[in-house]
Amino acid sequence: MQVPFERIVQDYGLNVLRVCRALLDEHRAQDAWSETFLSALKAYPQLAEDANVLAWLVRIARNKAIDELRKNKPEILVDHHQWDQIDGEPQPALQLENLQLWQEVGRLPEKQRLVVGYRYLGGLTYAQIAQMVSGTEAAARRAGSDGLKNLRRLLGDDTLWQEKS
Amino acid sequence: MTDAPINSSATGEEAQVLEQLGIELRAKAQAGDLVDISYRVVDSPVGSLLLASTPAGLVRVAFETEGHERILEVLAQKLSPRILKDPARLDAVARQLDEYFAGTRHNFDVPLDLKLSTDFRRRVQLELGMIGYGQTWGYSQMAQRIGNPKAVRAVGSACATNPIPIVLPCHRVLRTDGSLGGYLGGLEVKTELLTLENPRFGGTPGTLF
Repeated sequence: MQVPFERIVQDYGLNVLRVCRALLDEHRAQDAWSETFLSALKAYPQLAEDANVLAWLVRIARNKAIDELRKNKPEILVDHHQWDQIDGEPQPALQLENLQLWQEVGRLPEKQRLVVGYRYLGGLTYAQIAQMVSGTEAAARRAGSDGLKNLRRLLGDDTLWQEKS
Repeated sequence: MTDAPINSSATGEEAQVLEQLGIELRAKAQAGDLVDISYRVVDSPVGSLLLASTPAGLVRVAFETEGHERILEVLAQKLSPRILKDPARLDAVARQLDEYFAGTRHNFDVPLDLKLSTDFRRRVQLELGMIGYGQTWGYSQMAQRIGNPKAVRAVGSACATNPIPIVLPCHRVLRTDGSLGGYLGGLEVKTELLTLENPRFGGTPGTLF
């Protein structure tokens, strides 16, 4: 049974806000939040009853965020399909329900925040990320690694987002 | 989904941003015709009331005892899950209910949407609006009014399933012997409404029937 959409806004509004803030600056993060819930409301009656609602919302939010980023950097071609891995078993697990994690992501220094967001939420390669944050691939890797170190320390979780090499 | 984290862990700043974004979302969703049901909850002398409206009109008034969350779930199932809390959409009926409980309003004037009812029940429920303030009819009298004098039981069910109580005054229908009959909001509420409309009503058999 589908619950009234109001409950979706109440239950997940904060998760989506923190995800949007991890990917975008404040003004555009708020726009992305609004557009995410508007798109979700439109499509809601067609959503499968057993769908993971949070994963569905975050996928919409990420696509909105990518659209926003492409407005400024149209040369970046990001294949939206790679953002869909969230439907399956994401590697590493995204922990979307971990509100504290996404709050800490939002508090990272900007470059670390963006690299971590694009990498772990977006599943982008460091080469793609380097294009988006205007730097070298090596610099993007460094920022991502620093960001991860900060998050692991803040959350006391040494295994957070360990990538399989 | 019900074990989802709740917004209580939001910081003050986040809660403020979410409230503002929520207000904007409701306005944009209405402007884009994306909301099938708007609702709000109001206080009243007979407990808090859930008011729900489609673009066509008021579709449900529910007593606290019915369980507002449960009623919203039923609406999601029967009509549409595109449901948002949107107090502004229900200003007119909320104001008229205030006036009714203050004793200054005797008739409601808001568009109604009876799509939750079957044709027969809809006919009975609309006829409820013809019973004057402070008056009471019997179920059999109601059956006669709709031209189906034998359908007393069906009329009783139609009154019992009235989705828009108070506004469509099913509380003004009593058993033919003058006893109260049933009421979705409970017999106390039925008595309270009848007494509000006619202070001499004491739950005793009406003298007219």
